[in-house]
Order: sequence, then structure tokens, then C-alpha cells
Amino acid sequence: MTRLRFVLGELGQGLRRNLPMAISVVLVTFVSLTFVGAAALLQMQIGKLKGEWYDRVELTVWMCPDRDKPIVATCAGGEASQNQIDEVRGILESDGLAPYVQEIYFETKEEAYTALQKQVGDLDWFDRVTVEMMPSSFRVKLADPTQIDVVADEVSGRAGVESVQDLRAIWEPVFLVMNRATALSIGLAAVMTVTAVLLITTTIRLSAMSRRRETEIMRFVGASNFFIQLPFMLEGALAALVGAALATTTLWLGVRYGVEEWLSSSVNIVNDYISTADVWLIAPGLAVIGIAIAAVSSIVSLSRYTRV
Amino acid sequence: MIRFDRVSKVYKRGARPALDRVSLEIEREEFVFLVGASGSGKSTFLRLVMREEQATSGRVYVAGREITALSQWKVPGLRRRIGVVFQDFRLLPGKTVFENVAFAQQVIGRPRHTIARDVPETLELVKLSGKEKRLPHELSGGEQQRVAIARAIVNRPAILLADEPTGNLDPSTSAGIMQLLDRINRTGTTVVMATHDENIVNQMRKRVIQLIDGEVVRDQEYGTYDSAEGLDDPDAGGRARPGGAGRVGSIPAGATLAETMEHTPETEGGAA
Repeated sequence: MTRLRFVLGELGQGLRRNLPMAISVVLVTFVSLTFVGAAALLQMQIGKLKGEWYDRVELTVWMCPDRDKPIVATCAGGEASQNQIDEVRGILESDGLAPYVQEIYFETKEEAYTALQKQVGDLDWFDRVTVEMMPSSFRVKLADPTQIDVVADEVSGRAGVESVQDLRAIWEPVFLVMNRATALSIGLAAVMTVTAVLLITTTIRLSAMSRRRETEIMRFVGASNFFIQLPFMLEGALAALVGAALATTTLWLGVRYGVEEWLSSSVNIVNDYISTADVWLIAPGLAVIGIAIAAVSSIVSLSRYTRV
Repeated sequence: MIRFDRVSKVYKRGARPALDRVSLEIEREEFVFLVGASGSGKSTFLRLVMREEQATSGRVYVAGREITALSQWKVPGLRRRIGVVFQDFRLLPGKTVFENVAFAQQVIGRPRHTIARDVPETLELVKLSGKEKRLPHELSGGEQQRVAIARAIVNRPAILLADEPTGNLDPSTSAGIMQLLDRINRTGTTVVMATHDENIVNQMRKRVIQLIDGEVVRDQEYGTYDSAEGLDDPDAGGRARPGGAGRVGSIPAGATLAETMEHTPETEGGAA
């Protein structure tokens, strides 16, 4: 108890004496962790966009749905018949395409309807959607995604096939932008982290200097190294934790008002946005990173500035 | 209590050693003056005892343990058995007298009730009762040194090392400090005091170990010290001590002088 009170007293004294430094450490940690968190959230959003299909499917073969007016010539016969479906399946499963195709999954109209319902079931226009309007489709996983044209050429233009869609071609630019943003965030986070480490190192050095008399006497009367260094380490850890808390708050506000309130109501093509729950998910990670930054700085500077 | 076995300390490779093959033994409850000019190796001797420095060669034993091979994490344990006092007091300016002394107990995790008992007791021993709440700058030099001594002994170390404790004090104040160190010695604490104040050494008549250029040139019971004297004149005012162990009765000769000092009125001004 005596020890704890004493250490806390020393800690408070150290922080008071070095308040501007402590604040700058908090701010640098805060900015660095905000970028780390932003990168994590971007990647989570990418994961949500990719959904359950993206990593398994490269090619989607849409069969003709029951439309009043066919939009392509191959659908002149109306909804794709079972024969046409079997024919396409036959082609996809043929020996000629076997080296290119890894996996085929057939999605029925009913399954397509259920999936859509799950995504947008609560929107107004969904009431006008019926199972009959939904297309059935083949989802094809390729052995080698670069050979997509070989497979696409075989099935496109056949009767009953409305279109052949390269799923990646649609999403790739979006993911490219998001991945670039992630890279930028990580880059900035790395720079800020280096700054944080240097700043914490300097702060510890300064407070070690200003407490030189105390530490010297501590050594003479036989205080343990751990006890001597503890206030310095706690100073760094505390600043890092406050920084992490600020970063979490910022990200939470960003997601709450930027994504949940604004983006999800104004940009409708995406249904599954990250939420504040995801922020809470990464918050402990940010705290751990913050403490790790402080720990590394402490180890570096304490071994140098508080000789035993 | 302290034994040096052919101990050398070289700070910079190729330089003259600060201590050169020093062998000596200081018994439990002894009072020893370590004398010599500046740079003769007195401070190095004390630093080696505390493991502030490590010997370049030879072995150092403190309290029955060889400390030359002591692992780093055991050094604090060694230092808890040793108290230190410096010429410049080294008090914490922002802490009161009480807090300065309590600091030595807090940082090694002594419980609060122990601190509440030991600190007033120690302050009474150094005759500073009633000044617990003063800050160091409000005290005279002699009083500051008493606080430093209280801090050094509050954990009841077996050994008290004093590095020129009277170096910043006037003669009458110094006499008071010497009287205090003598009293601490009588309670069973081994005291090793580095000094070049010949008056004090000559008054106290304790064992004197003289260092010149890192070598022990004289080791004498009830010794004296003449700072002008060179290597010679080993018998000046005392009996040459046979090197090594086997020492008896160190108190009597110095006692009369110490007693006379007890009647010296303390006339401490603001010597800080």
C-alpha cells in the first residue's frame, strides 16, 4: 500500500512537472492510434463488402429471368429453361474447362430471393420484388482467376444466358481505393508511431533528468530497479492509454456520424457498413498498441538514462 | 565487515589505477578514517563497497559476501545494508525533513507504521526533533547534514559510509557531526569516513587508513593525519597496525575526545 501510494505520488509529481510534454505525448499517441484504427476499420469495411461470395466466386453466369421484355437476344425465349441451365452446367463441368474451373455453385431463384431479402428486406421497394423476378445463376470459382476470359467466352452468348459477370471487375476499383487509403493510413500511423516513440523517449529522459536526485538517492538506499523505473514507465503507459482513449472516441464519433448517420443513408449501393460496434472491437487493440509503444520507449530510454 | 583482497580499479584503460592492489579488512563496529588528498582513491574505495563501481581485479567482501561477483539484481539488497552520507548532503529540496528521511523507507517498501515509528526516532537521535516540517533550505548546513545522516541510518544499516561529511561545514559544526557519527558507531554500526580534515582525525584518534595514489601507505590504530606529510613518518602519533584482521578495542583512545566534544556547545549559523 505504502509503495502504491508512493509510486502514484511520484507519478503525479512527474506529470505535473512535465505537463506540456505529457500533453504532446498524449496527442502524438492519439493521432498515431487514430490512423491505426482507421486502417483497421477500412479493412473491416472491405471485408464486409466482399461478403460471403467475393473470395469464392470470380465469375457469375446470370441465367435469363422472367422479364416482360428481354434485354438481350439470348433471352428471347423468356426465363431460362431447365434444359438451358443443364446445358450451361454441362459446359462448365466439361473436361475442356476442368483445368480452369475449381468450383461451381448453382443459385436458384428462391435462394437469390432469400439473399436479397436478407440484404434489403426492410426497404420499401422490396415489397414489389417476387421470387419469379429473380434470376438463377452459376457462381464459378476459377482455378486461375487470370484465365477468366476462357471460361466466360464458352458460356456467354448461349441461349438462356443473360450475362456473364466478372465480379472482381466491378469491385476491384473500389477495393483499390480502399486499400490505397489503408496503405496511406498505415504509412501515416507508422510515421506517427516513430514520432511517438521518439517523443516518449525524450519525455522520459527529461523527467529522468528532473528526477535525477530522487533516483540517485533511491539507488543509494537500495530501492529495486523496478521500483525506480516504475514511475517513468507508468508515465508513458498512462499517456499512451489516454491517447488510445482519445483515438477510440474520435473513431467512434467518425463512424457514428460519418458512416452510420450519413454514408448509409446517402450511399445506398452498399448495405453492409461498419458500425460503432466495430470500433469497440478494435479499441482494446489500440490500447495494446499504445502501451506497446510506451513500453518500447521506456525500455530504450530507461536503460540509458537511469543507470543502476 | 568489509574486506578488500588485492583490489585494483582502473577507470580508463592505460591510465594510472584509482586503487592499486589494495588489501585491508575493516571489522564489525569499527570506526575508520580513510584519509588522503583528492584523487588518492578514497571515493573509489567507498564506491566499490557500495558496488557503485566494480573492481577491475581482486575481490571485495561486504558483510561476509563477495560482492565483486554479485548479480545486478542483488545490488539493491546489498545497498540496504549500507548507509551513505555525502559532502553536499543531497537532500530533496521539495521535501520536508520528515519526508526526506521517510523517503529512504518508502522506496524500499517499508510499511507506513514502521515509517511512523522509525523516522521520529531517528530524528531524535540526530537531535532534529521539532524540525520535522522544515524544508532543507530553512536549515543550517549542520542541520542539513544531520537530516542526511538520519536518512542514511533510518533503515538501520550495518555499515555507514561517509564521504567527506564535514567538508562543507565549519569546525564547530563539524565537531557536532563527528560526535553524532561516533554515537552511531557505538550503537554497533561500522563507520567508514573519507576525509582530509586533519583536525577531526587527530581529535578522534580512530583507526586511520591513508591512501596515496591508490595505494594504502598507512594503516594505523588511534592514528593521526597530517595532510602535509608525504609517504614517510608511519609512526606519527600512533601504533602501526599489523595488516589484516585481528583487531581489538578501538574505542578507548578516541572516547575522551569524543566526550569532550559532547560538551561543545553547538554554534551553527546559516552555513548552508
